[in-house]
Amino acid sequence: MSELRGIYTLWLREIKRYLRERTRLASSFFQPLLWLVIFGSGLGLSIRSSTGLNYQEYIFPGIIGQTLLFTSMFMGISLIWDRQFGFLKEILVAPISRISIFVGKMLGVSTDSMIQGMIVLMLGFLIGVKITLPIVIKVIPLMLLVTLGMACIGLTLASFMDSLESYGTIMTFVNMPMFFLSGALFPVNNLPAWLQWVVYVNPLTYGVDALRAVILDGAYVSSFPLYMDLTIIIAFDVFMILAGTYSFSLRK
Amino acid sequence: MNAIETIDLTKKFGSLTAVDRVNIKVEQGGIFGLLGPNGAGKSTIISMLCTILKPTSGTALVNGYDIVKFPSQVRKSIGIVFQDPSVDDRLTGKENLEMHADLYGVPASEKRSQIDKVLELVELSDRGNDLVRNYSSGMRRRLEIARSLVHTPKVLFLDEPTIGLDPQSRDHIWSYIRELLKTEDVTIILTTHYMEEADKLCKQVAIVDRGQIVVLDTPESLKEKLGGETITVKSQNNPLYVEKIKGAGIAKSVVIAGDEVKVTVDNAHTILPSIVNIAALNHIFIESISLQEPQLDDVFLHYTGRALREGGGKELSGMGAIMRRQIR
Repeated sequence: MSELRGIYTLWLREIKRYLRERTRLASSFFQPLLWLVIFGSGLGLSIRSSTGLNYQEYIFPGIIGQTLLFTSMFMGISLIWDRQFGFLKEILVAPISRISIFVGKMLGVSTDSMIQGMIVLMLGFLIGVKITLPIVIKVIPLMLLVTLGMACIGLTLASFMDSLESYGTIMTFVNMPMFFLSGALFPVNNLPAWLQWVVYVNPLTYGVDALRAVILDGAYVSSFPLYMDLTIIIAFDVFMILAGTYSFSLRK
Repeated sequence: MNAIETIDLTKKFGSLTAVDRVNIKVEQGGIFGLLGPNGAGKSTIISMLCTILKPTSGTALVNGYDIVKFPSQVRKSIGIVFQDPSVDDRLTGKENLEMHADLYGVPASEKRSQIDKVLELVELSDRGNDLVRNYSSGMRRRLEIARSLVHTPKVLFLDEPTIGLDPQSRDHIWSYIRELLKTEDVTIILTTHYMEEADKLCKQVAIVDRGQIVVLDTPESLKEKLGGETITVKSQNNPLYVEKIKGAGIAKSVVIAGDEVKVTVDNAHTILPSIVNIAALNHIFIESISLQEPQLDDVFLHYTGRALREGGGKELSGMGAIMRRQIR
């Protein structure tokens, strides 16, 4: 019971901090907009789609996946931030287990990403993607599943690091390949075999595939069966939560 | 039951022995001071007692709970104010306290009244709803003290509570600590490298040097062991004055040093009037008179052979350093 209360209060703190950062909220709104409107319409005009969708529609679920990934990774920095500013000490000496601390942090980061992801989802109407209630009901749990794993990647990396700068560098190394090789911007089945291999081990590939299948609702034939996407996502989440809690509890 | 009892408490970092078989017993109530220069091992001792660090060997009992076997029980019964800032400055003062209450499982029915009480103690009631980033460094420290009290700990650790604060804020914090001792049933463990702080607040003082307890006693008897206090008088007839004081038999020694008379006594405060009377009776005109008590600095010098380095705390790295620079 007291552990749950601890998790709750750590989660709440993360949300409060996130919502108070107005500039970050604003930028989180504009960045996906740039990708969708400028990148999407610019590149969309010069390529011929093989999927029967217009390019903006095609990348829209990919941009949601990107938002979840980037926000989760970015918020992972809060762990380093807490360590640098000493606040982590206050949490670490509290009578609450390391596991609960990690879970509270993970849920907080995931909620932040979800808020961001929902904002992008709303932008769908701008490019003519119809977001109906049944879609929203299906997409929210899916987004949460995708986010949890990503949040754990960020927090796991942050567990091992002390400086904000080095985390920033590592973050780019993780973000960019995961994003580009997830099928978010282009279909991955025409890639050379060695790159395709990278695509298959990238957990975001399955997230984007499932998001696309759910959001475009029938207009898109998913690369993998939906049940396979979900199984892989959930397996990845479980693995990352275990890995994250373990690495966090290792740190002094 | 002792508030704290350490049994051969030892901590090694690689080949460096930071804390070397420390045995101390701290009775309940009052303030116990751990005094020593930077890097002496004070913070390491505190960290082990707070269960942040595991001892390499030996153990300690805090409120009767073994720090190695029952860290969770220990944590629930203690409060800590760290040397470095540890409040969340993006939250309000109250939110910081609420979080703390939740983390320590303070019953929901007591949460609000506890928070109001501790805010009042440190005179932050009217600032509770402001973001901590708008607080001064002294206010942040006060908030940290308030926070450490939310769950009514039996033992409170204050690790350099006034480091980097201006004299006025320091006085404030001292008065809160004294107030706290009056109203709450709590034992305070204070580390400091300010002698004055230890002298004014502590019931008992342990001097720590190179990971060991060099001496442990009350500040008064530590100072007494160094010999008496000195009264320095400048009069218009020093030789006569010396003779008369010697004749009265109240001083341990009387000597002329330069154009002054130095009188060493056991208790300068009670003997000073007699010294002045002797001058008056013998029509010796006193030009100036001053009184020197031995300082804990002298005590430290005596036991460790080194003077305490004045000022400056532990060097911080990274954002902590930047932040401290900002709040100073």
